[in-house]
Amino acid sequence: MIKNTGYILLILTVVLVLTMVISSCVGAVQISFSELISIIAYHTGLSEHQNFEAQQAAVFLNLRLPRVLLGVLIGAALGVSGAAIQGLFRNPLAEPGLIGISSGATLFAVIMIVLETKIFKELTGVIGFYALSLASFIGAGLTTMLVYRIAMRNGKTIITTLLLGGIAINALAGAFIGLLTYMATDAQLRNITFWSLGSLGGASWPTVTTLLPFVLIPVFGLPFLAKSLNALALGESQAMHMGVNVKVVKRIIIAMATMAVGASVAVAGMIAFIGLIIPHILRMTFTADHRLVVPGAALLGAALLTMADLIARTVVAPAELPIGILTAMIGAPVFIYIIITERNKNNP
Amino acid sequence: MIKVKALSYKAGGKKLLDNLSFDAGKGELLAILGANGAGKSTLMKLLCREIKPFSGKITINGKELDNYRLQDLAKTRAVLSQHNTISISFQVNELVLMGRYPHFQQKPTVGDFKIVQQVMEETGITHLASRDYNTLSGGEQQRVQLARVIAQIYDSPNACLFLDEPTNGLDLQYQQQIMVLARSLADRGYCVICILHDINFASRFADRIMMLKNGKKVAEGLPVEVINCENIHETFSIKVKLMECEGYTCPLVVPATILK
Repeated sequence: MIKNTGYILLILTVVLVLTMVISSCVGAVQISFSELISIIAYHTGLSEHQNFEAQQAAVFLNLRLPRVLLGVLIGAALGVSGAAIQGLFRNPLAEPGLIGISSGATLFAVIMIVLETKIFKELTGVIGFYALSLASFIGAGLTTMLVYRIAMRNGKTIITTLLLGGIAINALAGAFIGLLTYMATDAQLRNITFWSLGSLGGASWPTVTTLLPFVLIPVFGLPFLAKSLNALALGESQAMHMGVNVKVVKRIIIAMATMAVGASVAVAGMIAFIGLIIPHILRMTFTADHRLVVPGAALLGAALLTMADLIARTVVAPAELPIGILTAMIGAPVFIYIIITERNKNNP
Repeated sequence: MIKVKALSYKAGGKKLLDNLSFDAGKGELLAILGANGAGKSTLMKLLCREIKPFSGKITINGKELDNYRLQDLAKTRAVLSQHNTISISFQVNELVLMGRYPHFQQKPTVGDFKIVQQVMEETGITHLASRDYNTLSGGEQQRVQLARVIAQIYDSPNACLFLDEPTNGLDLQYQQQIMVLARSLADRGYCVICILHDINFASRFADRIMMLKNGKKVAEGLPVEVINCENIHETFSIKVKLMECEGYTCPLVVPATILK
């Protein structure tokens, strides 16, 4: 169990690399594995030979690679934040989407889009994108704190309150998004629709590079809090008895998790259920120990979202399925399954 | 080891603890008795530094509680809380290893694993090692939690152990097991402070007993000194009868209503 954590993480890394390779090769323009190697070798200066067509290289470098990387980053962000938030709320059902964090982030992003023409007109390009990330980060942060306040009592999460609070926040955010949709222009409307469905279609090198820090900090930072998350699972006072500075740890977890959720919502809109399923799979297959679940969720989340995106962009080609629809179709039944197992466990 | 001096705590204008002083030494098991609302849990929270006293001070090994770094405090005292529900499924050995968290950074050492193993043997839960905590019975869960708490201070001979109603909700056999364990920990040199409801358990296993009522001390001393009808009536507002028992220095306490 505990001793082979490194081994499991290695396997998950291999799985991730494999999905990245497959996803890079498959698409409207097919690239074989050897051609892929050749493209990479040629462009990194390792080889002089050009055993591929120019079009393949162009597609790979300008379209497919940024898209695959975006999938990896967002999948990792959603997986790791899901694991951290479930640990923080001490409940396997807490998920950024379900408890309203994602919709809080979406609301702030939509506010940004609609108000953009009036207030944020100067903030274009990369700065504009940062502004959007920042807005959804703030939205995610505020909702997390709100949900936390609603659901915690004497250091314990009241799970029904948490989920009902999530419903209420989702409804409220939905109403405001509806209002803003009503006010929006046609161009803004198209943008808003994109947010609410969730898609990696906006992938480009600038989006990847701007997203990078928002994902890397939580992905490499949160595993350091895995021990504290384990302790928190026993209860806040129990964690304090074990020497965990609960207040500080909670703040860092909330900041990092919302950073990841906010930034990924800003880039790809709402992609539901990844944060719920991924940690659950890891807990079911291996262990509930956050020292595996947190970094593992980043790796497996990245692999699964890359795979899901591959399906999303090939299954109805040349059109493209919004990935949020796909993850919800897979995720919702898994969610129902988890609810039923929890029910059977608690009321035998 | 532990010195409590003139400790008071107020909440909502009501004094929950009123000028309480006592101490407990190395190798001693101090039982705290009192009716509901007597201030036992408030005292426990103060001892754990979960809340700050209104006035008075607590020192452990000569050092004031406030001056401890959280991590050092965790190596100096361990706490078995009353409610231990876990919604995320941990395996028993993972849970016991958590007791070692104050002692290692990222990776547990060989020594940590050894301690986990030893503690599990001593608490008789080795056979449960790979079970899911949530599938255990109440008595087994309590023993696992106790094992975790012991693991936390296993290699700190001058540590204190706070047990908050450790036998609560357990059947007789498990109550007995937990109390035998608590006793053996005191015998090993820990200072054990234990909130109990059962007067007979307290007189059988504790070195000294302190009785609380409305945040004030009613009596404190050896079981033979404090277990009498007056003190118990004062503390619990019930009439009891004492029954001498062979080979047993302290009389058994039986509610008077039972004997009619």
